[in-house]
Amino acid sequence: MSTHSLSVRGLVAGYADRTILHGLDLEVLPGRITAIVGANACGKSTLLRTMSRLLSPRAGQVLLDGKAIHRMAPRRVAQVMGLLPQSPIAPEGITVADLVSRGRHPHHGILSRWSRQDDEAVAAALEATKTLDLADRAVDELSGGQRQRVWIAMALAQETDLLLLDEPTTFLDISHQVEVLDLLTDLNHRRGTTVVMVLHDLNLAARYADHLVAMAGGTLHAQGAPEDVLTAETVRAVFGLDSRIIPDPTSGRPMMLPIGRHRMAVE
Amino acid sequence: MTATATPLPRAGLAPRSNRTRLLWLGAMLALLVLCCALSVAIGTRDVGLDDIAGALRGRADSIGQAAVAARIPRTLLAALAGAALGVSGAIMQGVTRNPLADPGILGVNMGASLAVAVAVAFFGIGSAQAYIWVAIAGAGATAVLVYAIGSLGRGGPTPLKLALAGVAISVAFVSLVLAVMLSHGNVAGGLQSWQVGGVGGATFARMAHVLPFLAAGFAIGLGCARKLNSLALGDDMAAGLGERVALARGLASLGAILLCGATTAICGPIAFVGLMVPHLCRLLAGVDHRWLLPFSALAGACLLIVSDIAGRLIARPSELDVGIVTAFIGAPFFIWIVRRARVREL
Amino acid sequence: MSAVDAIATGRLRRARRRGAVIGGALALLAAAFALTLMLGQSFVPPGTVLRVLAGGDVPGASFTVGQLRLPRAVLSVLAGLSFGLGGAAFQIMLRNPLASPDIIGISRGASAAAVFAIVVMGLDGPMVSVLAVAAGLGVALLIHGLSHRGGVAGTRLILVGIGVSAMLDSVIAYTLSRAPSWDLDQAMRWLTGSVNGAQPAQALPLLVSLAVFGGLLVSRARDLESLRLGDDTAAALGTNVALTRVLVILAAVGLIAVATAITGPVAFVAFLSGPIAARILGPNGSVLVPAGLVGAALVLGGDYIGQFLLPARFPVGVVTGALGAPYLIWLIVRVNRAGGSL
Repeated sequence: MSTHSLSVRGLVAGYADRTILHGLDLEVLPGRITAIVGANACGKSTLLRTMSRLLSPRAGQVLLDGKAIHRMAPRRVAQVMGLLPQSPIAPEGITVADLVSRGRHPHHGILSRWSRQDDEAVAAALEATKTLDLADRAVDELSGGQRQRVWIAMALAQETDLLLLDEPTTFLDISHQVEVLDLLTDLNHRRGTTVVMVLHDLNLAARYADHLVAMAGGTLHAQGAPEDVLTAETVRAVFGLDSRIIPDPTSGRPMMLPIGRHRMAVE
Repeated sequence: MTATATPLPRAGLAPRSNRTRLLWLGAMLALLVLCCALSVAIGTRDVGLDDIAGALRGRADSIGQAAVAARIPRTLLAALAGAALGVSGAIMQGVTRNPLADPGILGVNMGASLAVAVAVAFFGIGSAQAYIWVAIAGAGATAVLVYAIGSLGRGGPTPLKLALAGVAISVAFVSLVLAVMLSHGNVAGGLQSWQVGGVGGATFARMAHVLPFLAAGFAIGLGCARKLNSLALGDDMAAGLGERVALARGLASLGAILLCGATTAICGPIAFVGLMVPHLCRLLAGVDHRWLLPFSALAGACLLIVSDIAGRLIARPSELDVGIVTAFIGAPFFIWIVRRARVREL
Repeated sequence: MSAVDAIATGRLRRARRRGAVIGGALALLAAAFALTLMLGQSFVPPGTVLRVLAGGDVPGASFTVGQLRLPRAVLSVLAGLSFGLGGAAFQIMLRNPLASPDIIGISRGASAAAVFAIVVMGLDGPMVSVLAVAAGLGVALLIHGLSHRGGVAGTRLILVGIGVSAMLDSVIAYTLSRAPSWDLDQAMRWLTGSVNGAQPAQALPLLVSLAVFGGLLVSRARDLESLRLGDDTAAALGTNVALTRVLVILAAVGLIAVATAITGPVAFVAFLSGPIAARILGPNGSVLVPAGLVGAALVLGGDYIGQFLLPARFPVGVVTGALGAPYLIWLIVRVNRAGGSL
């Protein structure tokens, strides 16, 4: 069970000449899965990038265990919090085992040597993501779904209690999307890892998240259990779309069906 | 493939009516006359009006008159070379649909140097006329080579690939030129003058050798203006409009190569004029090559004359070769274009 | 075999291969070094070479080996190490084999400063190196600043670098054309790089630079390696990306500039070493140190080829330039085929 806390206080952040987040507060629930959803350019990736200190805030703070994350030593943060960016780069020809070993980076100084503990962490990460049999393959040769599992394995090898993921399912077909989200849920159940992820697909977010955060225009529009957040009103406010919400017959979670201007059987 | 054309920079100020363009063309012509006058009057040595008047009437009695008399062919050469480079740059940018195309950047000048070095070292060629043929052949072969390398594979000739192909060819050719020089002592002295382009040693006799080539180049280039307009829409579209694409491209390239090859043969490498001029002219003339080419000729002539005057003034009492001056104006311009472009267009 | 053992075995195998590659490269380099001392216009037997190296006075051999061949070989190895390390550091940091200092203009900056200091200001010795390093850093800053537009894009950085190089090229050409006496050897050095006329004293600045800048670079190798995963991933792994960049740029520019101030910009060694080393090493760890060794071998071998194996005597840069250009072309073509982001 995760013992670390992550929270956001009055966060203002953006790029060069644009402010994207306008004063945002968020408390990440330890040991739970949080999904952040919203329309394009609503600031969800910016929020995740600021929370993971890739981007410095203009005002406000991100607190890791009560301390301002942007003032902590990068290595200390990386021992507690892992991050999978949207488009990580695999060096040409690198093998899966080698790439996953890179996750041990924050646990090594300039002179420290590789230990049995490191091997164990790498092996455990490969097993958890079912990529052990790929260990000696080159990452370039893998399919999109396999590659995403390998990247998650790298973040797992980091052995952090917190894991942040920026759209881990983009560019994957639907079966691989489900596979990745199942994997993250396994992790959360078995290790108690706190997972925070930005997701594009509203229905998958509602199905897999314990806590759903809906953003609009750089602020939090709503947050809470998916049943409370995913309503026709929220969808209209966040996406500008008319919709119907029905319970998903399999999971019991809410499910959004968009309503367009055509093909309406019932008026 | 080449069907997805790299869009040429938008010409925001392009005037609609031909009358405005004619007015601008007149203004440029006046500017050129002014530049020529300044170029004759200004130099390392200060001369009086009477000396200038005397020299223009063909007298060379005083030192002042002699100095001015030497400036007349020089000014003419600068104007010719500038016009040739401007038009050749505009054609190259049109043919390659690439905003960074320029005879200097694409390694064409090094090709001319290498051809001349090889011709002198191995074939004992010495006459000025043969020299020019060889330089033009070298420039042409290099242009084709760089373009071929830069456009291999998918994506066609992107600015980055063309520039890199130019760098690769330039470095290889520098090595080869040096290798030829080292093994043949009789070529070594020539290298110094091949490194930097200049118009300082101009004489009417030397110019007479390249004049036919320049005239042919201008004629072909201007004659291709309409074809370039079709090519600008992409190969497929040009073919759809009934243009024989390969022929149009080959003919236009021939014109550009004649112009830059002949210029390089007499002046040495002068980079960036062919890059800058068409970009500036597109602001005034728009993207229609029937207007762009004459504008580029006039603007190129003005630019090279002004650069030459600046070179004479900056380093007084000595002189700065015009190739150095254009590199110093042109490289920042090149960087400006690169900065302005969106990344995926590079 | 448990999963952990499998991982451990794989890692040990990679470490062993890496050790073998580095050891092999060192052995080859040592052999090449010994050969260049023995071979040349005249053959000097190994025993005599050893006696000269030990300080013994052998008529004839003391001059050929001690005064001519030894300084030349030492300078080649040290300069090659510097070019290889510095070039590979840039390529790794910017994740692009084309972003090597000799293509983006940093070598040209150092070269222009050195030729200006020597030819126009009449300086020599350490002052030239200092000026070259300062100019190299200046160019690096300039290129970085100019290609920065909401983040540095590799493509734009390379093109800006090519533009800056063109300007610096004309500075070099101009300075050379103003030289009081047109000295072909001098021109060769600044246009293409050469170890002709090597002096034992020239090795000192190179040794210092390798110790300071090379040491800094190698101590940062692990952080540098993490940058290959992308800046975001590197930051997520706890690398201080900004600090690593600053230190790596400083160290790599220092290495390149000091070497350039002495041998001139030996064409394409910085560009070639990293990719060749990566090809030999395979996916077995950081390419940095192997690239240094490859660089040393390139300069040493290129100089030998240029001196003795061609019809006339050529400086090393002519040979490496002729080698590097086809590779650059191949790189352009290959990336096109792969539809990469070039």
